[in-house]
Amino acid sequence: MASPAVASPPAVPARRSLRWRYDPAQLALYAVLLGAVSLLVVLPMASVLRGAFVDASGFTVAHVARFFYTPLYLESLRNSLVVGAAATLVSSVLAVPPAFLLARYRFPGQTLLLTWLTVPLVIPPFVGAIGLNQTLGRAGVLTLLLEDHLGVSFVAAEGLRGVVLAHALHYFPFVLLTVTAALANLDPSLEEAAKVAGARGVRLLRRVTLPLVAPAYAAGAILVFVRATDDLGTPLILNVKNMLGPQAYFRITTIARDDPDGYAISVVMLALALAAVWAATRLGRRREVATLATGGRRPGQSLRGPGAWVLLAFSAVVGFLGLLPHLGVLLLSVSRVWSLTYLPTGYTLDHYAEILFRAPQFVQNTLLYSATAAVLAVALALGIAYLQHRGRVPAPGLVDFAATAPIAVPGVVLGIGFLRVFDRWALPWVGAPLTALWVVFPLLYVARRLPYAVRATSAAMAQVHPALEEAAAVCGARRWRTFRRVTFPLLLGGVVAAGVLVFVTAAVEFSATVLLINRVEQSPLSYGIYLYAQSPRGRGAAAALGTVAVLLVAVGTYVANRIGGKRPALAL
Amino acid sequence: MRRTRAVAVVLALICALAVLSGGALAQAQQVIVLTSFPRELFEAYKAAFERANPGWTMVVVSKPTTAGITQIRERAGRPDVDVFWASAVDAFVYLKENNLLERYTPPAELRRGIPERVAGFPINDPDGYFVGFAVSGYGIMWNTAYLERRRLPEPKEWEDLLQPVYFGHLIMSTPSRSGTTHLTVETILQGYGWNRGWQLLVQMAGNMGALTERSFGVPEAVIAGQYGIGIVIDFFGLSAIASGQPVRFVYPRVTSLVPANVGIVRGAPNPEGARRFVNYLLSDDGQRLLFRPEIGRLPVRASLYAQAPRGFPNPFRMSPGVRFDADLSAARYQLVTRLFDQVVTFRHAELRRAWEAIYAAERAVEEARRQGRDVAEAERLLRQARASARLVPVSEATAMEIAQQVDRDAAYRAAKEREWEALARQSYGRALQLATEAAQAARGR
Repeated sequence: MASPAVASPPAVPARRSLRWRYDPAQLALYAVLLGAVSLLVVLPMASVLRGAFVDASGFTVAHVARFFYTPLYLESLRNSLVVGAAATLVSSVLAVPPAFLLARYRFPGQTLLLTWLTVPLVIPPFVGAIGLNQTLGRAGVLTLLLEDHLGVSFVAAEGLRGVVLAHALHYFPFVLLTVTAALANLDPSLEEAAKVAGARGVRLLRRVTLPLVAPAYAAGAILVFVRATDDLGTPLILNVKNMLGPQAYFRITTIARDDPDGYAISVVMLALALAAVWAATRLGRRREVATLATGGRRPGQSLRGPGAWVLLAFSAVVGFLGLLPHLGVLLLSVSRVWSLTYLPTGYTLDHYAEILFRAPQFVQNTLLYSATAAVLAVALALGIAYLQHRGRVPAPGLVDFAATAPIAVPGVVLGIGFLRVFDRWALPWVGAPLTALWVVFPLLYVARRLPYAVRATSAAMAQVHPALEEAAAVCGARRWRTFRRVTFPLLLGGVVAAGVLVFVTAAVEFSATVLLINRVEQSPLSYGIYLYAQSPRGRGAAAALGTVAVLLVAVGTYVANRIGGKRPALAL
Repeated sequence: MRRTRAVAVVLALICALAVLSGGALAQAQQVIVLTSFPRELFEAYKAAFERANPGWTMVVVSKPTTAGITQIRERAGRPDVDVFWASAVDAFVYLKENNLLERYTPPAELRRGIPERVAGFPINDPDGYFVGFAVSGYGIMWNTAYLERRRLPEPKEWEDLLQPVYFGHLIMSTPSRSGTTHLTVETILQGYGWNRGWQLLVQMAGNMGALTERSFGVPEAVIAGQYGIGIVIDFFGLSAIASGQPVRFVYPRVTSLVPANVGIVRGAPNPEGARRFVNYLLSDDGQRLLFRPEIGRLPVRASLYAQAPRGFPNPFRMSPGVRFDADLSAARYQLVTRLFDQVVTFRHAELRRAWEAIYAAERAVEEARRQGRDVAEAERLLRQARASARLVPVSEATAMEIAQQVDRDAAYRAAKEREWEALARQSYGRALQLATEAAQAARGR
């Protein structure tokens, strides 16, 4: 944050504050930002709460109470929690051993292994589910191989198990990266001290190493839990209905737009997500202060001993599993006939012709929506970061809080809120509600991904020293000119990285999109995948679109990492 | 100075957005079509319609039938679509009775060659609120490679699907999400009668490996070989066969032939476009498009079947077992879909477990009989278990009595839903227990 060493010169603001307590330009910016964030985030959320707690007779808790004595909803809640917990557990089991290997040992091909193990992050879970279906599903390659050669009939990717697997295989690299970083930053002197005191092996791990890594791990794990619990696309693709997301979606789209049960489910989802994020923040704070300044990194050991080789073998298996969704999607996208055989029996490029030439609007729309969302989100985030670090406005935390709160809001819930708020009244001039215009999608993505943009931009802003701006001011530059010529160029890298991150995550957004979609010609890629996945012969085209999505995310993540430094970008 | 510039930039941005989005709507000559049909079908018609009507654009809104009805109902008065285009005839009856459709009679030259009825069912609404443009039957589709691999016999009739060998190999959609599945369910209910129909449906569902969210999920799962046998509308089978997939399709004796329809929404924003679209569907070109292999539907213009591809079924020469009663179906639409959801869709796991246990008990009884043991007690328990696992939760008389209130009164509907759910849970649980006891009795414990 801003360095306390260089205090801003007190004379000028002091004199100004005789007339104005606050700077009017900053106040105007503050008002604009507050208005935008209220419209995009606060209003939809308030509307969801209203739908759940207010009916014709006034305030009521009856609808939310009914949730807790409707067995179907309770079962959905249980399934969602089980999926969340199991996805967290499986991704941890997959991630922790390779993390130890990567943090503790030095060996040739290490970077390659790390890259390989992070590849699954680029495939959105609902696309991955399509690929898993082809590899581990009922007619999947591995399922058939297992049955034909070992006589075992076990379907790994089916029902709730499939949802768990799709999430675990997508998110385990995220746990891997957090744990690897935490292990690498661990002060080796602590472990050495424990060794001197006689702790070895499991005891050392249990009493010293794990407690030190736990906070970082917990933060990552809770995020996996929240994402797996909230998701809509993966259950829909895998035909799982008794989970919270699908139930909310069905209530709102088939029963009625103002069905109170749909809002009650949304409130429960929201409460769950908020609780999890709160827990993550608390855990993140606890115990982290316990370590003293790092005493340098440990030199990596070379691969020696059976333990290391077991770790390496395990990592290779994990790497293979992580590629299964990709392989499934890629093969399906070029298959003509693929029915109960290990590999397709006929190949074609027609699915790519379909999505690139005959129906190019899915890709085009996604590019348009995501780019618009990225520009808008970055503009808002720049304003927010500026006020955070340079502004003097009443309650500066307010905008920041409202802008980063959506990180806890499930996509389904935000989509329902948007539907309820923006479908009500027709806009002047246009004569149609906002939901009929394509602009609603970029706005939705801005609301959903603003937290990423704000964090990245704010972090970049924190690194620009106010002294540079003061120097410009001394040279006679006015504020806008200073911002344009000094601050902004310094921020550029961070800002572009933030924009790319928003672009990438918006491009594969599904949960909220599916609630707002109306005209097919306005659909982005994510909904196109769903649409093709449901046409009788269309899974190939869905897979082709999925491949495009994977490429977009991969390139975007690479670019963001190159520009914005080494921080791993979390897709979706 | 600098402030005005910042304000100007913001204003320019807002204006640009407004113009861009306004531009998307400012197409005078368009027709907005709400449809439940798959992409292959609506994309083909969009291209052909726009070619035949230069300057006109067809905008597609793709929704399951039930969600489509909800959308039209919720926007009555200021609809955002012009045309409703779907298979389920009772959905149209429902819309008509709720005053949501506009009357329209296509020009006489477009009505020529279209018979009054197909298999006793009127092709067009007698009151002129919607017209049939294609005919559909319902049947069973299977993956030949799958049946070979699992050594399963080919099914012919609905009753065949009750055989224990098919346990876990079947797939269907749910009537609450898929209009065509609802028609199939109604066809079975009307063909076998309410009681036998529900027993058949519930037991068949016990054999289902999965229930998909949209009807499209069924052919796709069968084509991919995830499940062996699916319950589908005919064109899913026909189009899959035409595209070279290893599948077959059969119409059971108890089936109905029902028109797929198109209707103009009351107060449509583009009435001229809506009429053009309906007319195009009934034109010779529009009808012939249905023969395309990726579409595979049966036209209503009987004279065109001379030009049909080889092996294409002609509905005007078939005699299906059920004469479909669309008014009855529409009157109990909410009741049937909600009931099915509560006792089948959402209780599918319990239902499957119950039937799995019953089949296991049947095998145990068979084994005991071979060994010459007394199986009377086991068989008695088994009979009770079967009865409990295909319970009909609502009698026909009660169904007709409460259908209207279920339709109109959300609170009543919710109460009934909970009641049915509890009943289903209880009886499937009991069936499981009885079957387990039967198996133990057969093994002579």
